Amino acid sequence: MAGHVDTASSTAAERPPALSLGPIGWMRANLFNTWYNAILTVLIGWAILMIVPPLFRWAIVNAAGFDATSPQCRQATGACWAFVNEKMRFILFGTFPYAEQWRPLLATAIIVATLAAAANRRFWKPWFVAVSLGALALFGVLMWGGVLGMTYVENSLWGGLPLTLILSVIGLSVAFPFSILLALGRRSTMPAIKAICVAYIELIRGVPLVSLLFMASVMLPLFLPTGVNIDKLLRALVAFILFEAAYMAEAIRGGLQAMPKGQYEAADALGLNYWQAMRKIILPQALAISIPPLVNTFISTFKDTSLVIIIGLYDLLGTAKAALSDPAWRGFYREAYLFIGVIYWCFCFSMSKYSRWLEQDLNRGHKR
Amino acid sequence: MATHTQDSGRAPSRLSLNDPTVRAIFFQVLVIGGVLALAFFLVSNTLDNLERRAIATGFHFLDREASFGIGESIIDYSPKDTYGKAFVVGILNTLKVSVIGIVLATVIGTLIGIARLSSNWLLARLATGYVEIIRNIPPLLQLFVWYQVITESMPPVRLALNPLPGVFLSQRGITVPVPAADPVWTWVFIAVLLGFIASVIMGKWAKIRQAATGQPFPVLGMSLVLILGLPLIAYVAGGAPSVMDVPQLQGFNFRGGLVLSPEFAAILFGLSIYTAAFIAEIVRGGILAVSYGQSEAAAALGLKRGVALRLVILPQALRVIVPPTTSQFLNLTKNSSLALAIGYPDLVSILNTTINQTGQAIEGVAMIMGSYLAISLSISLFMNWYNKRIALVER
Amino acid sequence: MKAGILAAAAAAFTFAVAGGAQAGATLDAIKAKGFVQCGVNAGLPGFASPDSAGNWTGLDVDYCRAVAVALFNDPQKVKFTPLSAQQRFPAIQSGEVDLLSRNTTWTLTRDTSVGLNFAPVTYYDGQGFMVAKKLGVKSAKELNGATVCVQSGTTTELNLADYFRSNNMSYNPVVIENNDEVNAAFFAGRCDVLTTDASQLASTRASVAPKPDDYVILPEIISKEPLAPAVRHGDDAWYDIVKWVVYATIQAEESGITSKNVDEHLNSKNPEIQRLLGVSAGMGKALGVDEKWAYNIVKKVGNYSEIFERNVGMSTPLKLERGLNGLWTKGGLQYAMPVR
Repeated sequence: MAGHVDTASSTAAERPPALSLGPIGWMRANLFNTWYNAILTVLIGWAILMIVPPLFRWAIVNAAGFDATSPQCRQATGACWAFVNEKMRFILFGTFPYAEQWRPLLATAIIVATLAAAANRRFWKPWFVAVSLGALALFGVLMWGGVLGMTYVENSLWGGLPLTLILSVIGLSVAFPFSILLALGRRSTMPAIKAICVAYIELIRGVPLVSLLFMASVMLPLFLPTGVNIDKLLRALVAFILFEAAYMAEAIRGGLQAMPKGQYEAADALGLNYWQAMRKIILPQALAISIPPLVNTFISTFKDTSLVIIIGLYDLLGTAKAALSDPAWRGFYREAYLFIGVIYWCFCFSMSKYSRWLEQDLNRGHKR
Repeated sequence: MATHTQDSGRAPSRLSLNDPTVRAIFFQVLVIGGVLALAFFLVSNTLDNLERRAIATGFHFLDREASFGIGESIIDYSPKDTYGKAFVVGILNTLKVSVIGIVLATVIGTLIGIARLSSNWLLARLATGYVEIIRNIPPLLQLFVWYQVITESMPPVRLALNPLPGVFLSQRGITVPVPAADPVWTWVFIAVLLGFIASVIMGKWAKIRQAATGQPFPVLGMSLVLILGLPLIAYVAGGAPSVMDVPQLQGFNFRGGLVLSPEFAAILFGLSIYTAAFIAEIVRGGILAVSYGQSEAAAALGLKRGVALRLVILPQALRVIVPPTTSQFLNLTKNSSLALAIGYPDLVSILNTTINQTGQAIEGVAMIMGSYLAISLSISLFMNWYNKRIALVER
Repeated sequence: MKAGILAAAAAAFTFAVAGGAQAGATLDAIKAKGFVQCGVNAGLPGFASPDSAGNWTGLDVDYCRAVAVALFNDPQKVKFTPLSAQQRFPAIQSGEVDLLSRNTTWTLTRDTSVGLNFAPVTYYDGQGFMVAKKLGVKSAKELNGATVCVQSGTTTELNLADYFRSNNMSYNPVVIENNDEVNAAFFAGRCDVLTTDASQLASTRASVAPKPDDYVILPEIISKEPLAPAVRHGDDAWYDIVKWVVYATIQAEESGITSKNVDEHLNSKNPEIQRLLGVSAGMGKALGVDEKWAYNIVKKVGNYSEIFERNVGMSTPLKLERGLNGLWTKGGLQYAMPVR
């Protein structure tokens, strides 16, 4: 950018500096530097003028108040934030008993805090495994209850954000060890093991998640011995675990492939056997390289949890749709979609920023 | 196994787990045994359950009359047709949305990717905003939004907008006039195909000639002449029919013309715009990966900007772009299964209905998975072939 | 990343692998676990819908409760599993639910290749059409060329095709899986016509339509939709109980026994009533339940008329008349087999 400013000032040396420096100079360099850029700028500016003020009027100026009633909302020409206000707890926590909703709130906060802590490299220590374990146990205790004076809440009543987190976080954590085995198996020199792993990974990656969810929801009961039943949530979770294992295996395989051959040879030279070499030398390094793609897989999973609406579970999108089917508040879909869209976006955007930052950070480490 | 042959040579006679070859065989037998046992467990349970509950099995239902209607279809379909034909309609609808979606997503994605690198600050920011917002919101939510926007912002069918003669916009979709059916169109279609084949052959011949004699041949121009000219000749030779099938409001709906239904529009735009955000990032990365020195070198050789882009920059950028774009194409195809949620009759939606009507879930899910595997494999094979063609040939 | 593995595995394991139920003896399993697992519609006011506190009400729900009363003398000994049209058959086949009471039409295929046994019909329904009043349509015969919103996975979809075919009319279906989405599409104007069971149309018009008066339900009923509870093949004793629970409610209405006056009828001299209410023993034993089973059902849930009027009758938003669902003595189809 600086180079452009210099060019502009040298060609127009006679002119007062106001045209080459300061806001005007910046605009000349960045918005009107060529004729087609000038046209583009004008067009975009016009489009922004057409879109932003009406949007602003809809969202703020003409919006009904936060405690408006549904008829008042229907009269207002703007947004109905009262809908979000009224339905927020239902959208966030689903059919969880109303008086007990501090529990899913706290449980969600614990999971989010654990995730945030896990993002920090200072916590990449063995003891953090125990902490995460504790966090998940606490999550379960809070959601189920039945102890410490909390009433028992069946998991068929769970919904909203906690359900989204359960499917993504627990699905991913359980799939993780399987994915390591699959990735190692895919790079194995044993043909039978390699063939099985390749077949599994390619099969799962070749079909849409919807079909796996169908399988889990409709067919899983037929696969199990007569009389053994698993509930809907666990079935969805099984589908997610199967799905994620394949995708994460590919992310980890990338990490394994990026390892220099010298590392394998060094491990052999030390006389380590396969598992020792993997555990002590290869995997710690390969997994570190795989973290950015693994985070990206997690982001996809997080977005994909919205698909469980198709098999009748109420995750964040499901509860929003259920809130919209309330006859009194029918039709405020813009507000509902915007609300959950922002929640999804906050989670995914922060994770993708983190993944990019981490990637650069790890690269810096390598180059040093 | 092969890598450890020198080890096994050391202890040839002892059959012990310390022998890597024996160990490898042992592990493989163990794993295969485990997988087979699991498969046996699942299959025997399933068969047992099916028999116990007297659920019908097999694919005989494919020959039975489907007796349900399908909203849109490329081939003629009526409820009188079989489940098998309904399945074909579903596959065609999935392919339709995937193919058009892939083209659209590639175009939008490329434009946005280039826009992100634009020297126009406003445009670059706008493109960045697009990518960051669209990528981080679940596609299903986006589809719901698109469907709502389309059905709510369009006028009722009787108040349809009529921006161009014969073109109508309403809640029932976009209706456009198409040429009325005439045997000439078949010939025109064949002529287009012939034009393509001829162009490919000409391209090969031109390459050989240039390698042999050094003389270039205007391949692009001649190809255009072939692809456009041959159909034109066929059209004129067929009597140049000019009858158009213009949509008209009759009773409840528009009759005639080509209809782009709101469901199809929602799934097409939703998926294209979602996938385009990922493709934009790939394109941007690909262009950035080609070092600036390459452009300078091309300029130093006296190549014009367009030629430099076509012969120097693009081939190198494509090498970075193609593999990740392939997986985005696959994602788009797989995501087309979300059509189920907004009522576009794709493969999953039609097989879902079939499962409900016949109660044969296993066959239905197997057909869904098999079809997607076949489609995914075809796309992978094609893109791998293309990738090999453009890959760097190291000498 | 590696952190949560063990905890997650432990958590996943404790996710209740609620096993142990023997399908060969569904009844024993239900008695052992102490409640009936009942599959219902996820939200169809009048038939099955949860209120904001999570309590289920509706005609289908009441039959689940009646079965629970017959077994455990407690209408609360029942757990509800909301099921979509697509999920209902796998759920009952696999044993996820013991009883499917989800406005399900009794058809030959479902009775045979889907592997169900249907109890007596609890609601005789038929498929109808709803259109916007401003279209000016008076009869379904005028619907040639219309766009029709229909939910997938139901007999409705098939009847629709049959009806238009037999009347030489064409239509353009918009098939959506979720009932709420179907309604939303119809009221947004995506379709000219909404089709489903007439009772459901009434329910939708009453509780979903932005302005109920803007919509009319056409007079044609194009199909027979006998809605009945169902159990899976393989346990006749369990099937018998469900079957006779339905008959008991119908017989109670026929004999004039209501939840209010059931205690007076205990002194009745009528041997038919004595057998039904368990005053003269034998019926309960034959069925494998408490002798007071029918008494308890009427006392705690009500007779057929009470169940009907409470959930879908004229005093409810659905405002459905008895019509075909009247007793056979009053020109309807509800007819209980003799309790003897």
